Amino acid sequence: MTATVRYRDVEVGTEIAEQVYPVRRIDLIRYAGASGDFNPIHWNERTAKSVGLPDVIAHGMFTMAQAGRLVTDWAGDPGALVEYKVRFSAPVVVPDDDKGAEITVSGVVKEKLDDNLVRIALTARSGGAKVLARSTALVRLA
Amino acid sequence: MGINREHVGREYRSPQPYEVTRGKIREFAEAIGDPNPIYIDTATARAAGYGDVIAPPTFPVIMGMEGMSQAVVDPELRLDFSMVVHGDQSFAYQRPLQAGDVVETVTRIADIAALGGNERLTLESEMRTAEGELVVTAVNMLVVRGAAEEAGAQGAKGQGSSA
Repeated sequence: MTATVRYRDVEVGTEIAEQVYPVRRIDLIRYAGASGDFNPIHWNERTAKSVGLPDVIAHGMFTMAQAGRLVTDWAGDPGALVEYKVRFSAPVVVPDDDKGAEITVSGVVKEKLDDNLVRIALTARSGGAKVLARSTALVRLA
Repeated sequence: MGINREHVGREYRSPQPYEVTRGKIREFAEAIGDPNPIYIDTATARAAGYGDVIAPPTFPVIMGMEGMSQAVVDPELRLDFSMVVHGDQSFAYQRPLQAGDVVETVTRIADIAALGGNERLTLESEMRTAEGELVVTAVNMLVVRGAAEEAGAQGAKGQGSSA
């Protein structure tokens, strides 16, 4: 129940190293099954295009999971996460090929608060677009 | 025709309690590609001070989907799910969910608002144990593209309120 990063070792501006998370169509199929979100825009190109999307797009919650992983891997304990919020500012478009798309996530400590809490600002990009905006994680450090 | 605004405040209760299991946590962790052993190995989780494996932070989406599914099929709400994209999501955790938890979710329609040609539907879900302990609060804002006008007018750029 304890983060491995110590509050006193962190300053406003401390960066969390960028990570790249791949996402292919098969990942979306698997995520649909695990989460219960079977909205066809996440697996059916015909449906996605018929509602005006460029192609199949990733579940927003899949992207949120990847950005969350950046924080939980850094903090050392997923249970250190107190609050986590994201805004989905653009879709992660996942083409039907073997490469799929990439989600690049980075973070920076924005605020040090009482009670060993820090607020992390998260950035996620895919295909040249900012896919998460105004996204933050509140984490209780050791 | 837009979403029925008379339904702000309407609540959808999970038909039965959701049982958080080791197998479902492992399946979910694999689906998000996160190999953290605290999600799959009981000994690791216990060494970290938990009673059993814990669930990844976005795991409560499963219970949130149950509430959303009820809203989607509620004919009085008039929601076209194929036009829905996810706008915002937040979670506030009292503690992480862990295997063995049995939680009941109440999802409330917190807000319905027009934004340009789109509409925003905000759902708030509280997940509590049978004993009434609040574990997670989730707020889910959905963008229904083109709902305020004719469908399709907004195109792909309709996703997200700041897109």
